[in-house]
Parts: sequence; C-alpha cells; structure tokens
Amino acid sequence: MTTAAVTATDLVKDYVLKSETVHALRGISFEIPQGDYVAVMGPSGSGKSTLLNLLGCLDRPTAGALLLGDSDVSELTDNELSDIRAQRVGFVFQSYNLIQQLNVVENIQVPLYYQGNIGRKQKQRCRDLADMVGLGDRIKHRPSQLSGGQQQRVAIARSMANDPYFILADEPTGNLDSVTSSEILDLFDKLHHEGRTIILVTHEDDVAARTNRIIRLMDGEIEFDKRTKPISSDPMAAPTGAKELDVEDDIIIGASDVQQQAE
Amino acid sequence: MGMISGLWRTMTLGTKSLLLHPMRSALTVLGIFIGVASVIWLLAIGEGISLEAQRQIASLGAQNIIVRTVKPPAEILGNARVASYGLRTEEFDMLVETIPQIARAVPIREIKRMISYGPNDIDGRLVGSTPDYFQATKLEVDRGRILNAADVEKRLDFCVLSKEVAQVLFPYQDPIGRRIFLPEHFDFYEVVGVLKHRTATAAIGGSFAAQDFTKDVYIPLTTMNLRIGSLVMSNRGGNLSGEEVELNQITLRVHRTEDVIPASQLIKDALRAHDKTMAVDTVVPLELLEQAKTTRLMFMVFMGLIAAVSLLVGGIGIMNIMLATVTERTREIGIRRALGARRTNIISQFLVETITLSVIGGIVGVIVGLLCPFFIVLGRDGLVKLLPEQMAVLPANVMEMEPTIVPISIPIAFGISVLVGIVFGIYPAIRAARMDPIEALRHE
Repeated sequence: MTTAAVTATDLVKDYVLKSETVHALRGISFEIPQGDYVAVMGPSGSGKSTLLNLLGCLDRPTAGALLLGDSDVSELTDNELSDIRAQRVGFVFQSYNLIQQLNVVENIQVPLYYQGNIGRKQKQRCRDLADMVGLGDRIKHRPSQLSGGQQQRVAIARSMANDPYFILADEPTGNLDSVTSSEILDLFDKLHHEGRTIILVTHEDDVAARTNRIIRLMDGEIEFDKRTKPISSDPMAAPTGAKELDVEDDIIIGASDVQQQAE
Repeated sequence: MGMISGLWRTMTLGTKSLLLHPMRSALTVLGIFIGVASVIWLLAIGEGISLEAQRQIASLGAQNIIVRTVKPPAEILGNARVASYGLRTEEFDMLVETIPQIARAVPIREIKRMISYGPNDIDGRLVGSTPDYFQATKLEVDRGRILNAADVEKRLDFCVLSKEVAQVLFPYQDPIGRRIFLPEHFDFYEVVGVLKHRTATAAIGGSFAAQDFTKDVYIPLTTMNLRIGSLVMSNRGGNLSGEEVELNQITLRVHRTEDVIPASQLIKDALRAHDKTMAVDTVVPLELLEQAKTTRLMFMVFMGLIAAVSLLVGGIGIMNIMLATVTERTREIGIRRALGARRTNIISQFLVETITLSVIGGIVGVIVGLLCPFFIVLGRDGLVKLLPEQMAVLPANVMEMEPTIVPISIPIAFGISVLVGIVFGIYPAIRAARMDPIEALRHE
C-alpha cells in the first residue's frame, strides 16, 4: 500500500484573539488515501476553513501532526511551506482567483514559476492542461474575457500544473449557476477517475454527493467521516452516487440518479 | 540562465502589471523623469555659466596682473580744481625695474574723445599704449598694420581703428592713409590699420569694468603724452575742472604662472602709496580663476541639492503609488502566496515594478536632459525676441553661456533614479510580502 496523500493526527488549531482563545480544531485525525475524492462539510464556524488552511499549508497547526505524503508539514518555516504549496498542493477557489493581468496559459504556469521549474516541456504541459479543460483555443484570453465557468476551468488546470499530491477545492461551485456547476463537477469527476486525489470543501449536499467520502465537522471536531463509495469508483462498475444525501440520517443512501460522467 | 530568465519573467510581469494602469504609471514616471532631467539640466546650466566665467577670466590672461587707476571717492579727492590721482609713469618704470618676474609690461592711457572724419563722428575712446597692447588684449589686425616700436619711438601721429569705429567714420571709403580729426584738441591722426571685431570682456569682480573694444582708437602712448598730456580739462556747466591721470592701466605679464601670486604681492607692496587714496586696484585673473573654480563647486552642490529635492518628491510619489497598488492587489498577493510564492518572490515582484517605473523615468529623463542645451538656447533666443529690454539686463555670462552637459551627471542621475526606485519601493514591497496569505486571499 502506498502512503496516504494526507495523514492528520490529533490536529489542533487555536486562535488567540486578545484574551480569548478560540479552539477552531480540537484534535481531529483522519487519513486520505491517494485517489480518494473527499467532501469536507460543516456549518460555518465548524473549523472547515481552518482545516482547509492547514491542508493547504497556508497555516501551521497548534498541535498534532499533518503529513502530506510522507513529510510532516506541521512545523515548517514560512519558506518551506511556500515550497510545499508550490510542489504538492493544487488550489481551486470559490472566486477562481486568477491573476487579471495574465492570460489563460500564463495563469496555469504560475505554480511552476514558483517551483522555479519552467522549461519548454512544462509550457507544453500547461497548454495541454488548457486543452484538457476545454480552453485550448483561448489560451491567450485574459480572465476578464472569460465566463465564470471558464475561469474556474482555468483554475482547475492551474491546480494540476504542479502535479500536486491533492487538489484542494474550496466551494468551487459557489459562484456558479447549476448548469455550470455541474460541468465543473464533471471535470472533477474526470480528474478523480484519472487517479487524482481531490478534497472538496462544500456546504452543498448535491456537491458532496458526487464524492466518495464525506467528512463533516462540527465545533472543531469530526462529527462523522463516512465513505459513500469505494476509493476509486469506476462509474461503469459502481454507480453509487446519492441524489440527495441525508447526512443527519447517518445512513448511506444508494441512488443511481446521479450519472457519473464517463469519458 | 535560470536566474536571468527568472528576472526577465519578473520584469515582463512587472511591465504587464504597470500597464494595467497606464495613466497612473505614466504620472509616476513623470515624477522621476522631472527629477532626473532637472539634475542634468541644472548641472549643465551651472557648468555653462561657470565655464563662461572662466573663459572670460582666462581671456584676461592667466599670467597677467592688471593694475588699474580707479577714480577715488570725492571726499578723498577734495575740492581741488584739478584732481590728480592714479598710476604714474615713474611707478610704471619702477615696477618694470624692480620686479624680476615681469616679462612684459603694457602701460595704457584712455580718454573719452569725440572723433570725426568729414560729416561722420563718434564718441570714441582714445587709447594710448605700446605695440604690446595688441598682443596683451588679443586684438588682431584686419587691414593695414598695428602700431610698431618706431611709431612709439618717434611719437608719430598714427592711429589704428577698431572695426566699428572704421565703419562709422568711413562707411564708403578705405580708411587706410586718411586722417581722422579730434575736435577737442584740433588734432589729426593718420589711420594705418583697422582691427578685427573683438567681443567685449565681462566685468569681473566689482572694480574691473567691462571692456568694450568697439569704440577704440589706438595711438602711441608717447604721441598721446606729447600732444594731449596727462591733464584733461573739461567744462561742465561753466565750471572748468580738470583731471590729471598719467596712466589708466598697466597690464603686466610674468614669465611663469607660478610667478603670478608672488609678483602680485610685490606689486601691491610697491603701490602701497595709493592705499589711502584708493586710486589703484590690482586685479589678478589667476586668483579670480581659482575663485571661479571654487564657486563652481559650490554652485554644483547647490544645484545638485535642488535637483535632489525634486528626485525625493518623485520618490515619494512612487512610494505613494506602490502602497496604493499593494493594497489594491492584496488578493493577487494572496493568490501568489497560495500557489507557492515565497515572501522574497513577492518582494522582488513589487521591487521590480518600482524599479521599472524609476528606470523608465530615468531613461526619459536622461534623453530630455541631453536635449537641455538645445532647449535652453532656443528658450533664451525666444525670450530675447519677446522681451528684449528685460533680457538685456541679464549679465553677459548668462547671455553668452552655452549649457554644457557634465558627463558624470548622466550616470549619477540615472543611478539616483534606480536608487530612488529601490529605496522607495522596498517598504511597499515588504508590506506586500508580510501579508498573511489567508487574510490576503479573503480580501475583497
């Protein structure tokens, strides 16, 4: 068995605000194997964003260990965290977060630029990624010339540029209409089937329903961690999406309504 | 290779970011541009004025010492009908005999006189001297000849005219061989030569008046002493008064430049008798030249300070804009940090933008700075046409000076502009890099 993409052990994060200490994460443990497709859910204030920041190496835990692959990132310096982000994390944000003055292919190249690794081969790879998300004919467009859905596709291509350990998507469909949302989720499905590890933070049940596993946080602790599908679900072999996932029920509802988009 | 391509990337990125706000960037560049151009301009103008002053002093001759008769104030002269003052011929002889460093000595006597030929006349200046005078004052003959030793020896009634006097008195004739007339003395002089035009020397210091050679008529000093004498009477409103002056000026030349200062000290000591009457003034062009060089340095520093202030203002402008830009691009900073940028990457990104602005300003400033002589001369000529009276008041060294670009001012100005970019760009860049990536990503 290969090492897990993410291993969290007793992860604690406290914020000190003046005299008061906020316990954002109260010691959570989980493991995300490679190739998994996980939804992190929870109401606001549950510690969702804190966990996202820790997983994305934007912040350090107060206590506990966080392993990306086999390296512990819980006690790295700012520069080391920057390098880990450049090499191992692929970010997708709710508001796309493309750089306005760069065109599509340049935006995709940004993580490679900070890896200090950008040659002819890498540039070709970035163009291929633009092709993969269906924007091969618009690589010279600026973000302002693209629709929201197209911008999010660029962001997904960008998250793939550094061949990350996992893609960390924060409400990736939050700013999109339902049709476009579904297109974006189809793209995630496709990446998942190619073997990518995806961690998706969402509060929408139908988004979570497309994943294989749901980790729900509540008040800084894991309320439940539930696998809904096998790690690498073959859409043909195991169409086990849930149309409406009743998380309060704590029961896995198998449903066949959600079509996994096959290639 | 990697570093260079990285730098190139950072620079192209910086340029792209700057082009997002072309107007803002242009205005920021303007601040630096004005600073750099003003450094070059002010130094060029300063250098031009200084060189002109040095040229004028040098035209008096660095090896010369000039002793002039000055009319003493009325309270010293008293109420005598005939005021007798100034350098005497015996003093001239004494100087020549007792001061060994002297190579050449030119005695000069000048009187304002009406000079006429037929119906034409001019208020001229009759200058009595020796043949050395022409060499000492760098006068060149145009037609005929200058005065020679024989003329002086034999006290002949020959004269040499300046070009302008010849033009007034002889508009249609050849002056050579004709005789001009001095009505005040009922005396004639035969023209033997006409000089080329000689530009006026400027007044130097307080006592040394500007020399205008355009109204001069030159005769041998011996002839002048014989025919006119040292006493000149004039009738002012029925009040007959006279002035007795033997020599107006002695121009002394020493053998070597090193002799100038010791010789001038000896001369001052020898002429101490005049200290009380203040009738004699000694001008040492070399001393003036040294002074002018010191003044030049002070002038440069002063001009440089003014220019530095404008660069400082430009720098503050840059800092202001970059601080606004950093705030405006907080989100972008967050994105870049999330995608793996180190703090140093952010610092270099913003620093490169600031330096790009200041370097562009520097380059434009240098180009416009180099055009300075052209613009100054153009502007001055324009002003002379527009306001001739006001411009005529300006001193000669402003009117005559050619702005001269000081070569060192170009690298200095350019270097300062880059420095300004770094100094005023570092703080905004550090502020950008210090941002918490999480906060920055959340920024709207």
